Amino acid sequence: MSSATLEKEAPVRPASKRAGPAASRRDRWSRRAPLLPALIFAIVVTQVPFLVTLYLSTLSWNALRPGSREFTGLSNYATVLSDGRLRAALVNTVVLTASSVVVSVLIGLGLAILLDRKFPGRGVVRTLLITPFLVMPMAAALLWKHAIYNPAYGLINGILGGDTDWVSGYPMVAVVATLVWQWTPFMMLIILAGLQSQSLETLEAARVDGASAWQTFLHITLPYLRPYLELSALLGSIYLVQTFDAVFTITQGGPGTATTNLPYEIYLTTFRKFEYGEAAAAGVVVVIGTIAVATFALRVISGLFKMEVSR
Amino acid sequence: MRRLPWTILAWAAGLVFFFPVLWMVLTGFKREADAASNPPTWVFTPTLDGYRQVFDRDLTPYLLNSLMASLFSTLLVLVLATPAAYALSLRPVGKWRDALFFFISTKMLPAVAALLPIYLVVKELGMLDNVWTMVILYSAMNLPLAIWMMRSFLLEVPASVLEAAEMDGAGLLVSIRRVLLPIVSPGLAATALICFIFSWNEFFFAVNLTATRAGTAPIFLVGFISSEGLFLARLCAAATLVSLPVVLAGWLAQKQLVRGLSMGAVK
Amino acid sequence: MSRRPLFAVILEFALISVLIVSLAACSGAGGSGSSSDGDSKTITALMVGNPQMEDIAKLTADSFTKETGITVRFTILPENELRDKVTQDVATQGGQYDVVTIGAYEAPIWAKNGWLHELSSYADKDSGYDEADLLEPMVKSLSGEDGNLYAAPFYGESSFLMWNKDLFAAKGITMPERPTWQQVADYARQLNDKQAGVAGICLRGLPGWGEVFAPLTTVVNTFGGTWFEKDWTPKVNSPEFTEATKFYVDLVRQYGEAGASQAGFTECLNTFGQGKAAMWYDATSAAGTLEDASASKVAGKVGYAYAPVNKTRSSGWLWAWAWAMPKTTKQADAAWQFISWATGKEYEKLVGEKLGWSRLPAGKRTSTYNLPEYKQSATAFADITLKAIEEADPTNPGLQPRPALGVQFVGIPEFADLGTKVSQEVASAIAGKTTVEQALADGQKLAETVAEKYRK
Repeated sequence: MSSATLEKEAPVRPASKRAGPAASRRDRWSRRAPLLPALIFAIVVTQVPFLVTLYLSTLSWNALRPGSREFTGLSNYATVLSDGRLRAALVNTVVLTASSVVVSVLIGLGLAILLDRKFPGRGVVRTLLITPFLVMPMAAALLWKHAIYNPAYGLINGILGGDTDWVSGYPMVAVVATLVWQWTPFMMLIILAGLQSQSLETLEAARVDGASAWQTFLHITLPYLRPYLELSALLGSIYLVQTFDAVFTITQGGPGTATTNLPYEIYLTTFRKFEYGEAAAAGVVVVIGTIAVATFALRVISGLFKMEVSR
Repeated sequence: MRRLPWTILAWAAGLVFFFPVLWMVLTGFKREADAASNPPTWVFTPTLDGYRQVFDRDLTPYLLNSLMASLFSTLLVLVLATPAAYALSLRPVGKWRDALFFFISTKMLPAVAALLPIYLVVKELGMLDNVWTMVILYSAMNLPLAIWMMRSFLLEVPASVLEAAEMDGAGLLVSIRRVLLPIVSPGLAATALICFIFSWNEFFFAVNLTATRAGTAPIFLVGFISSEGLFLARLCAAATLVSLPVVLAGWLAQKQLVRGLSMGAVK
Repeated sequence: MSRRPLFAVILEFALISVLIVSLAACSGAGGSGSSSDGDSKTITALMVGNPQMEDIAKLTADSFTKETGITVRFTILPENELRDKVTQDVATQGGQYDVVTIGAYEAPIWAKNGWLHELSSYADKDSGYDEADLLEPMVKSLSGEDGNLYAAPFYGESSFLMWNKDLFAAKGITMPERPTWQQVADYARQLNDKQAGVAGICLRGLPGWGEVFAPLTTVVNTFGGTWFEKDWTPKVNSPEFTEATKFYVDLVRQYGEAGASQAGFTECLNTFGQGKAAMWYDATSAAGTLEDASASKVAGKVGYAYAPVNKTRSSGWLWAWAWAMPKTTKQADAAWQFISWATGKEYEKLVGEKLGWSRLPAGKRTSTYNLPEYKQSATAFADITLKAIEEADPTNPGLQPRPALGVQFVGIPEFADLGTKVSQEVASAIAGKTTVEQALADGQKLAETVAEKYRK
């Protein structure tokens, strides 16, 4: 939540030094003005609850014991950090997020390439493909759980036969498959957009030079698509790391804790243990962790944060 | 003719991805007993029983609430995000990187962890079970993505075009309306659509912050789950109905979506 | 480049937005009021999505609201979401609801937490309510430690054994009125027919304290086991608990339905209703659906017997969905009026006349079983249901005294978590991935942690 100020980027704004105070100050404010409404809105709506979270995280407050609300300092953090469940949830979150992002980006790439060529019914196929993204996630999760995975009357066993219990036998795969189904269309749209903005001349030139389709793809298209792939992976991660509906509906985090990810673990602390203080502390820990990872990912690995310097 | 296998593959992929949705729609027209038969029923006499049960409960207020929450939050997001994106791209503020990162970082607090504090704040303000609460929350939820997207679109505008307009003596207002908006409008539409989709589909905050007045469509949907009896057919009927507005909007706007995204979703 | 024009643009954009918005708002006027109406004659109700609740949502406007002028706004949610929401609402004094449906498990716990209004004083003052008519086990299980009623039963159930008359007749087997589990296992063996796709018996295996552990705990009770003894000594790995669980797991593994570890009430209802199982041990409320020819293939062919026993005389469970008032409600009187109407005698007749007698929210009042129309529509199972409920004793369901209320559950807040975790292990024993001994040894450890809190 809170913005980690990065010293690396922060310094030198020579223009703002005393040189032409009036002019530059007005310039600065005219630059800032359009940003302010959004900034203030975001600060109020997201940072106030975050401050409340910080406050709650210092309380020992169990909803099931009325009147048990008292200040305990940092002991919730000690509890949370020493709890093995949170670590298990962290691993599950990473597995869940990484596998659904990678698989859906790869399938999305494949589908985008298929769609980037003219063929009869292309519009119809694209329509069919984007539909899963539009279906309400709660509806999708319920649909997969009851109509598809159900061992007795689900579609998979109905087609393949047998009575495999998919959800308890392969819980992580079951959740990931549902998420991939929902998110692949989104990835596909972004990548397709990238493919369609590629200049035809380059491709033509490559073809004239005698490059095979595969070579063209590998050496020209793929590097060109890189930012699009990065963007889809980034957006996918931001949303999928928060996966809740699918876990809540399909596996309830089980069997055991096999699919309990961080959001679901926090949910359990809030709504099953009713330890509001611990839940808040876990939330704060997760935010700090996520921001650390995101800072690293955004600034070091990804080129997305670099803007063309000219502006 | 070499293309034929690829065409077939594309069609097959489309059908595979669409099939669960089709199954959902079909199941909505089954009798409960057929919906839960083993093996699955492929041929059946369609019935409107499921839909009748859905319409027996008053769907309209839920749809209206969803519409209001999604529409208003989308508008609010665009109103806030567009100038902000401008200030982070065409005429960037000094610390635009930090500002942008701040916006994105607001998406990183797990919604589940934010729920309790938000609930407490909203309760103190007396804003529980109020559509406007949802409008504000959904706006905050979608703002980072919208700023990111709008910023990419604005960066796509060639500097020369703006300069040329200024050279012609057009004021900023005119140059924005004549030059910027036409270029950016597909991007604006794409952003709006995506914000609308996310708002419409949001479940977790809605279920915890609304009660009887401001309940949105996903709340209506889960009301059809029953622990005492069969419910798959009517659940599918309800799911089809509540997904329909967004699915139709997405279908109709898909070209704009691709065009919008392709005009530089990445910069 | 001054900043004015830019603001003008933003302003223009905002104005257009407002225009669109107000247009949309006008066209969408109606239902979605965000203004809180100061009308004290509106109460809000939260309930689970069971058929009986759907019926009340349909009937309220034309009957209750017409008579009293009180409007009732309903929200329907699945059980899990309902529990989460009510707990949060009550624990933080949110006060979003005036009445909520809660189960027999929550009632005494929440009463103890001081979250609910007691209802006895209201019921005493309400001349038409006839509190004495309520079935005693229901009242017992919905009362707090102070003896006051904290939730008014809406409908109740016990458990019994349902058997398919055709399948039994084909093998020439007769079902006694009060079978033992040994007999049931024996019949299951004889009637199990893999080739015809007919299971000997259908039993729940789905994880969840209210799923597999509803029937399983009754088996444990009648085999002489218990979760805790009176002094909170956990007994999860005791020989009796183990024997009962092994019996249950073996029975369902050998002669049970396919995919048993994911089968809950709904799945079993479906299996048995399609004629794919010879017996089914579950809630008495299943009978209504089974006898409905449009939803089941076995209507009219089902026999009903008491819950099978081993060492106890009876073993049926006890469950009720009941209406309660959170302490936070500001409209207690209107809320009681609604509760009184919803759980009263007149409402039952109203459902019978308007929607059909089989849909009556039964199992809570003695008078229900004297209604001629109800008796006629539920001949096959009405009497046995009533007796099963009357025989269930939530204070003493097994061979030894218990520390907390409940037949098929232990009435403490920790049980939801404990029961669910152990049930996951039992479900994997049913799936053949672990042994019963291992499952219960783990369960014992969990139960010990829970017991520690209570023993001091």
